[in-house]
Amino acid sequence: MKRIENHPILTFKRGKKIKFYFEGKEMWGYEGDTIASALVANGVKVFRESIKLHRPRGFYCAIGNCSSCLMTVDGVPNIRTCITPLKEGMHIERIKGKGALHYED
Amino acid sequence: MLPIDGIPTTEDILAKAPPAERMKKGAVAMIECWQEIPCNPCVVSCPTGAITMESLTAIPQIDFDKCIGCALCVAACPGLAILLVDSSKEDGDRVSIPYEFPLPEVGETVDCLNHEGKVICEGVIEKVVHLPAVNKKDKTPIVTIKVPKGYALQVRFFKRR
Amino acid sequence: MKTDVLVIGGGPAGMNAAIEAARAGASVILVERQAHLGGQLVKQTHKFFGWAEKGAGTRGIQLAEEWARAVEEHKNITVLLSSEAIGLYDDGAWMIEQEGKLIPVYPKKIIIAVGAQEKTLPIENADIPGVYGAGAIQTMMHVYGVLPGEKYLIVGAGNIGVILAYQLAQAGAEVKAVVDVLPKLGGAYWVHVTKIRRMGIPLYMKHTVIEIKGDQWVESATIAEIDEKFQPIPGTEKELDVDTIAISIGLSPLTDLMYQAGVELIWIPELGGLVPVHSENMRTTKPNIYVAGDASGIEEATTAALEGKIAGAVAAKDLGLTVNDSDIEEWKNELGQLRDAPLLEKLRHGLHKLHEAAKERGLQ
Repeated sequence: MKRIENHPILTFKRGKKIKFYFEGKEMWGYEGDTIASALVANGVKVFRESIKLHRPRGFYCAIGNCSSCLMTVDGVPNIRTCITPLKEGMHIERIKGKGALHYED
Repeated sequence: MLPIDGIPTTEDILAKAPPAERMKKGAVAMIECWQEIPCNPCVVSCPTGAITMESLTAIPQIDFDKCIGCALCVAACPGLAILLVDSSKEDGDRVSIPYEFPLPEVGETVDCLNHEGKVICEGVIEKVVHLPAVNKKDKTPIVTIKVPKGYALQVRFFKRR
Repeated sequence: MKTDVLVIGGGPAGMNAAIEAARAGASVILVERQAHLGGQLVKQTHKFFGWAEKGAGTRGIQLAEEWARAVEEHKNITVLLSSEAIGLYDDGAWMIEQEGKLIPVYPKKIIIAVGAQEKTLPIENADIPGVYGAGAIQTMMHVYGVLPGEKYLIVGAGNIGVILAYQLAQAGAEVKAVVDVLPKLGGAYWVHVTKIRRMGIPLYMKHTVIEIKGDQWVESATIAEIDEKFQPIPGTEKELDVDTIAISIGLSPLTDLMYQAGVELIWIPELGGLVPVHSENMRTTKPNIYVAGDASGIEEATTAALEGKIAGAVAAKDLGLTVNDSDIEEWKNELGQLRDAPLLEKLRHGLHKLHEAAKERGLQ
């Protein structure tokens, strides 16, 4: 769980620093991060719990296939955090259960 | 054994080694390409036509007498399977390997590893050059290590201390 | 939106399909789920095999950039990023979802090049954080510059597994072991294996992971030798101090969209499982639907790109546009040469089954 600083092949051009919130806690990522990569860089491993057995889940495929990394983002549940770009001020939360939509009349 | 665990036997290595007489004349390429892979950058990179192949998937053949030890094939090989060996100097053999890791300093003492990844001797970094890959899109660092006499056919990697 | 050709997937197959269809004069919409083109090439830092004259020795990341530029510069191609094709509707609309918006696309031809998914390891606790797809770790490491762990066990010593071991070492992580159930190397090129062996990365053949410990996330893994029936041999267990387990036991084509659209699928384990029945021209059993790349059967990026070119050109040809038949023949010929390597016998067996199935159905 760390940012790679020196790599023999790649240079990482990180964008500007972005503040976001995970379970209410302030965290920092970079422009160009997905929500998942920013969480991983901040040491977050558990992204949600499974629906029936409440087992911890992290990311698994990191390319939007598997649904292991679904989270609630700014109140919207079941967002694939591994392919959703991180944005300034986002509020990221673990989903308990299936997540619910709250429609206003 | 190679087909089982990716470690070549002494026979495998000797079958690829340049003749001792040639190694005494100076740096020469040794192609540790074991399998028929659809791949030919080594052939294209060679300025003297020393490396030839019958078809795209054939194992490359090298004419050690035509090889001038320029290391262009070392930089070209996508499998990082080519290196230079040199036993022309009295103070030790030289091994030049493609190295895609944070680079060592010239003069640095390192632990030398064999095909199995075991430390077998001490070495000193003698030279680091960057040669263009065959497509000229990037450069591959090639590190020359001075190793004890007789170790040129064994040393294949090094660990920094 | 109306278009001649809809290409779904912006990896090596999809990008090349779009380029060739557009080159023949077709209007093309290319849909990509990620915020960038390139597919899985964007994390391939190693140099590719193949013909030096045709770009061998180039790293996957560089190929991704070149093809993405060619796509973006082509006036006939519209690229929709962060967009997902979610299905075919009865009126012929392919529904694209882009950041909450729904965009119906009415294409004359569809090329499905959506790639593959990583298989999972069916043992207890393999669902907890710290157990990740090998490709997922590559993505985190090479696209976003983040290492998801420090000490790794890699399960599966095929090309992806051994390449990942090398890449983790390059990024400064520690690889405690690579294990594989086979008694000898299967799909991995030996040069990729020798690269990690000479660095001292342990490789245990005829071994598997039998226990993953950890309550909230991986705290250790136990490996053991297995017998001919793949059962662990008591007394051979080794507990490894790892925080991350990379699973590289194979890929399966992503066939959901094809299935929903009525493309006939067939079970060919050598090609990754369920694959779309298709001809060498990449035509499926559904008129107007073509496939290319890993979605059509698991191979690698160079062959995916060639299949993409063929699919793009054939789709354009079927639209009545002029394409150079000799180009298509040349790409088929190149595919044949790449697939001719002795190591790829299993693949050739699978392709043979596929071509027989296509022939039976009269697919051209």
